[in-house]
Amino acid sequence: MRIGVFVCKCGTNIAATVDTEAVARKALEYPDVVYATDYMYSCSEPGQQEIQQAIEKYDLQGVVVAACSPRMHEVTFRRAVEKAGLNRYMFEQANIREHCSWISKDTEANTRKAMDLVRMSVEKLRFNQPLFSSQVPINKRVLVIGGGISGIQAALDCAEGGLEVVMVERESTIGGKMAKLDKTFPTIDCSSCILGPKMVDVAQNENIHLYAYSEIESVSGYMGNFKVGIRKKATYVDWDACTGCGLCTEKCPAKKSFDGFNEGLDTTTAINIPFPQAIPKKARIDPKYCWYLIKEKCKICQKICPVDAIRFDMENETVEEEVGAIIVATGFDLVDHSVYGEYGGGHYPDVITGLQFERLVSASGPYGGHILRPSDGKEPKNIVFIACVGSRDPSIGRPYCSGICCMYIAKQVILARDHIPDCNCYVFYIDIRAPGKNYEEFVRRAQEDYGVQYIRGRVGKVYPKGEHLVVQGIDTLLGIQVEVEADLVVLATGVAASAGAKELAEKLRISYDEYGFYMESHPKLRPVETNTAGVFLAGVCQGPKDIPASVAQGSAAAAKTQALFSRDTIETDPQIARVNELMCIGCGKCIDVCPFGSIQWKTLRDGSQKAEVLDTVCQGCGLCNATCPPKAIQLQHCTDDQILAEIEVLCAGERHG
Amino acid sequence: MNRTAKRIAYYPGCSVVGTSVEFDQSTRALCAALGIELVEIPDWNCCGSTPAHSYDPLLGAALAGRNLALAEEMGLDVVMTPCPSCLKALKGALREYEEKQHSFLNILQMPFSGQIRPISVLQLLYEDIGPKTIREQIRYRLTNKVIVPYYGCLLSRPPEFAQFDDPENPISMDELLQAMGASVPDFPYKTECCGAAYGVTQNHIVGKMTGRILDMARCLGADAVAVACPLCQQNLDLRQSQVNRYWHTTFQMPVVYITQFLGFALGIDPKKLGLDKLFVSADDLFKETSEQPEKLTESTTA
Amino acid sequence: MAILNSLRMPRDCDENFIHRVETESRQQISKCYQCGNCSASCAYTYVYDYPVNQIMRLIQLGQKEVVLRSRSIWLCADCQACTTRCPCNIDIARVMETLRFLSVEEDTVSIKNIQLFYDEFINSVKIFGRVFETGLLATYNLKAKKPFTDIDLAPKVLKKGKLSIKPHRIHGRKEVSDIFKRFEDYRNKKNLD
Repeated sequence: MRIGVFVCKCGTNIAATVDTEAVARKALEYPDVVYATDYMYSCSEPGQQEIQQAIEKYDLQGVVVAACSPRMHEVTFRRAVEKAGLNRYMFEQANIREHCSWISKDTEANTRKAMDLVRMSVEKLRFNQPLFSSQVPINKRVLVIGGGISGIQAALDCAEGGLEVVMVERESTIGGKMAKLDKTFPTIDCSSCILGPKMVDVAQNENIHLYAYSEIESVSGYMGNFKVGIRKKATYVDWDACTGCGLCTEKCPAKKSFDGFNEGLDTTTAINIPFPQAIPKKARIDPKYCWYLIKEKCKICQKICPVDAIRFDMENETVEEEVGAIIVATGFDLVDHSVYGEYGGGHYPDVITGLQFERLVSASGPYGGHILRPSDGKEPKNIVFIACVGSRDPSIGRPYCSGICCMYIAKQVILARDHIPDCNCYVFYIDIRAPGKNYEEFVRRAQEDYGVQYIRGRVGKVYPKGEHLVVQGIDTLLGIQVEVEADLVVLATGVAASAGAKELAEKLRISYDEYGFYMESHPKLRPVETNTAGVFLAGVCQGPKDIPASVAQGSAAAAKTQALFSRDTIETDPQIARVNELMCIGCGKCIDVCPFGSIQWKTLRDGSQKAEVLDTVCQGCGLCNATCPPKAIQLQHCTDDQILAEIEVLCAGERHG
Repeated sequence: MNRTAKRIAYYPGCSVVGTSVEFDQSTRALCAALGIELVEIPDWNCCGSTPAHSYDPLLGAALAGRNLALAEEMGLDVVMTPCPSCLKALKGALREYEEKQHSFLNILQMPFSGQIRPISVLQLLYEDIGPKTIREQIRYRLTNKVIVPYYGCLLSRPPEFAQFDDPENPISMDELLQAMGASVPDFPYKTECCGAAYGVTQNHIVGKMTGRILDMARCLGADAVAVACPLCQQNLDLRQSQVNRYWHTTFQMPVVYITQFLGFALGIDPKKLGLDKLFVSADDLFKETSEQPEKLTESTTA
Repeated sequence: MAILNSLRMPRDCDENFIHRVETESRQQISKCYQCGNCSASCAYTYVYDYPVNQIMRLIQLGQKEVVLRSRSIWLCADCQACTTRCPCNIDIARVMETLRFLSVEEDTVSIKNIQLFYDEFINSVKIFGRVFETGLLATYNLKAKKPFTDIDLAPKVLKKGKLSIKPHRIHGRKEVSDIFKRFEDYRNKKNLD
C-alpha cells in the first residue's frame, strides 16, 4: 500500500507546541509511507489541493492527515481524497491538536506524542478497506410533535412547501401555552387573535393531518424512513360526529373536574371543550371525574347529544404513521413552585403563578377577565410580583435564566394597571433581562408610564396576616427591608422541561441536558438540529425562549426538513456492523445487546440461524462487536484488527526518554 | 405497651441545668415514661456555644468535642440534647473534625471517631416515638386548646445541617400537639428568630423579636405557645414582662415546653414536669385539661 | 459606620482578605449575585449598619476595614435564615461567623459589651467547665458598668428557684482548661506562620 502523511501546522495551534516537520520526517520511516510533508492549513483550499496533487503524483492509495479533531474536518478531508479518486474510507485523521498540542506546552513531549499518534493512524490505515454506501429512498412526510406555536409554524411552513405533515398533540386542543395567554409582549397583541388564525390554518390545511389528544408511543427506523406508533387516547366522544356545539358541557352535572386550561383556578365539567377557540373544537370526557365512568351513573351527555357522538366504551387506539423527518416542538411546563416553602409552598390560594395570572386577566378565564383574588373573589388593591421564582436558583438545581419572566411581568403589571387603575403594583426583581426588539422600552414603559414600583431585591418570605399576605422583601439599592401588605402575589415561575420530555427523548434517541431540555447539535451553528439524523427541534423544548424565537425556530426546522427532502434518496453510512456468517455461531447475544434493534435472525438454506444486520437501522455503536464471542460481527472501519493494530504499534513503539 | 429501653447519651447543656431547669426535668420524666434511658454524659462541660465560635470555631468544636468523646467512651451512638444551640455546637464539632482533623484532635487530645449522632429532643420524640404512639398513650387531651408551635430558628435550619423536618414549615411539633388533641393553627413565625442571646446585652432586640411572635400567637387566638428551645422559652416566658414594657402590651401568654405538654398529657405527675417554674403561669390551661381525662384502655400505660 | 466615598481599584481592594475569608469559611464569595434574599430574610437587618448582602458585597470588593469594624457582624444572631434561603447555596451565616473571629484576631470588635459578655462566658467555662449564669451576669454587669441589667427579673427568678448561688465545678476542669491552653498554643503558632 502507498500511504501519504500530511501534518498540519494549523497556524500556531499545532505548530506552537509540536515540531510538525520532525513528525513528517519521522513518518517516512513507517512501513508503506512513501510521502510525508507538513503544511500550514491543510483544511484550506490550497491545503486540500496539495493532498490531491500528492495522491496523483505519488500514486497514493491511502492518506493520513495529522491535524485537528476528526469531528472538525474528517468530512472535509474525506471529500477531498474522494475527489482525487480514492475511496473516502482510505483516509485516517490523527488528532494532534485537541489530543496533543492544545494540552501541553512541552514541545518535546508533544512532538513525541504526535509521532505516536501518526504511527497509530498509519497502522490502522494499512488495515482499512474501501467501504461503499447505498442509497435509500426518503419518505417525504414530516411528523411534528407538539401543537404549540412553534409546532404550528413548522407544520404550516412544511405544508406550504407541499409536504405532508402529521401533527401529534398531547392535549385535546392545539395552541400550547400561547393559547392560555391574554396578551403578548411587547406589543400587547391579543394572544388568541394572532394565534387563532394559525390554528384554524392548521385545521383546514389539506396537507396537515392532526392527531389531537394523542401521544407518541414508539419510534423506529432512521432518517428518511421512520415508523411512528401514535397512541390516540380515548376521548369517549366520536370526533367525526361531534360538532362542538357544547350542549353536553352545559348539562354535565360533574362540575368539579380539574380545569387544566385555567391552571386549576377553576373547576369545569367532566365533559368539556377547553376554550371557545379550541382546535379541534371537540368535546372530551375526563375519566377521572365523569360520573358514569367512575360509578356508572348519569349518561346525560349521551342522552342530549344531538348527533349521538358519546362513546363510553371507547378505548385507546394505536395507529402507525411513516414519515421521513421528525420535528420536536413539545414546549415546556412551569417550574413547580411548591418547593418554595417561604412562599407558602403552593398552599396559599392568593399566591399564584404567572400563567394563573394570565388566566385571571383573560376574558375566557375563570373570572371573565376580572382580576380577583382566588380566595374570596375580591378585587386586589396591592399586587406584588416576584421575579426569578425557580430560575437563577442553584439551590433547587435550576441555575439558568428562563428568559421570559422579566418581560411577562412587565406585561402583567401593565395589564393589572389597565384593569384596576387604582391598584398598586410592586415588582421585586434582581436584574431585568429585556434583550429583544422594543423589549427594554416596554419595561421602561411599565415603570415610567404605568407607575409601577420596581424594587431591586428578592423576597424572603410571604405569609398570611388576616386577609392579606405580608411580603418581606429588600431594596438592595438602598439596603433597607421593604414590607408590602399585598392582596395578591404573583410568582414569576420559571420554565422547566415539559412533563415526559425525557421519556420522549429516549424514544426518539435524542439527547437532553440535565434539565430535560433537548440538546441541539451545536449551540451556535446548528440550533435546530439534533445529533440524530432526521430529528429537528423547535421552540422551548430546546431551551427557554420567547414567542418570536419559537416561531423562528419552527420555520428553521421546516427549512431543514425541506432541505432534507430536496433529494429523493439519502446515502447510508457504511460504518456499520457486518456479520461474517462463516464465523457466526448463532448465539444471539448481539441481538440482545443492540440498543437500536438493528440485528435480526436470518435462516440459511441449511436451516442454521445467523445474525443479520439491518444496514439502514444500525447506528454504528459497536456494542455487538464488543459482545460477540467469536468476533463474527465487526464494526466496519473500526474492526478488531484495526484497533488492535493501533494498540500493538503503540505498545511496540520505541521507549522514549 | 412494652418497649425495650433505648439507651442514648444525654447532654443537658448549661442553660437547661440553670435557668431552664424545667426543660431538663420534663425531658427526663418524659423519656423515662416512654421507655428511653437517658445516660447523662458524665462530668460534661459547656459546649462553648456562640461565644466560643466567635473566638474560633475550632475552640468551640474542641469544647463540644470533649462531650462527644465522653459519649463515645460510653459506647453509645446517639446523643440527645434539649438545647438546639448545644446541638449546633455538637454537630459543629463533627464538622471541624472532618475539615481540620489534625488540629482538632491535637487540641482535644481524646480518642474520637466522629461516629456519634447528635439529635434534638424534638427529633427524638418525633422520629423515635412518633405522634401515633403518643395518641395511643395519652391520658389527658388538650381539647379545644389552641396551641401555637414555635420552633425557633435552629431546629430545622439550615436543612443540610439540621437534617430534620422542613426548614420553612416544620410540622413535627404540630403533629405531636395534634396527637394530644390540641388545635394547631397555621403559624407564619414558626422559625423566626426570637432574639437569641441578646437579652442581656441588647435587650431591645429581644423585645422586638419576641414581641412580634407573641403578638402573632395572640392574633391567632392561642391559649399557649409550645417551644422546644430553652433560649426561646426564656425570651418568651422569663422576659415576657420586659417584652410587655417594650411594646406597651399586656401579654399573659403561657409558654410551655413540648416535653411538659407531652408529659402532662401522658399523665406524669406535674411536679416532675416543673410546671411551677414557668414565669407566666399555665396552671389554668392544665387545670382545664386535667378535667378531661381520656378513658383508660388496655393500651395506655400508667 | 465607616463612610466609603469612592474606591480606587486595584489599590483599595484587599485580595488577601477576600482569599482569607473564602478559605476560612469555605464559601466561594464570588457566587453571590446580590439578590438580597439574605437581607430580606434577616430579622436583624433593622439594627445592622450594613445589611448582610452589603457585607457580602464589601467582601467581594475587599473592604477589610469596613467589614471587620462593622456592627452587623456582631449583632448577627447566627439564626441561619440567610443560609437557608440563599439561592446560590452560600452558607452566609458561616461567612458572618468567620468575620467575627477575624475581627477578634484584628482586635476590631465594634460592640464592646457583646465582646465583654462573650469573654466572661468563656472565662466561666475556663474556670468551672460550665457557665455559671449568676456569676456571668454579675461580672458582666460590673464590667459593663450596667449594674441594673435584668434586675427587674431578679425577684421572680429567685422565687422560682432558678438562680443558683454556687457554681457547679466539673471534675474535668483541668481537662477543659487544658483544651483552652492547647488552643492558645495552636493560635499563637498560626499567627506566627
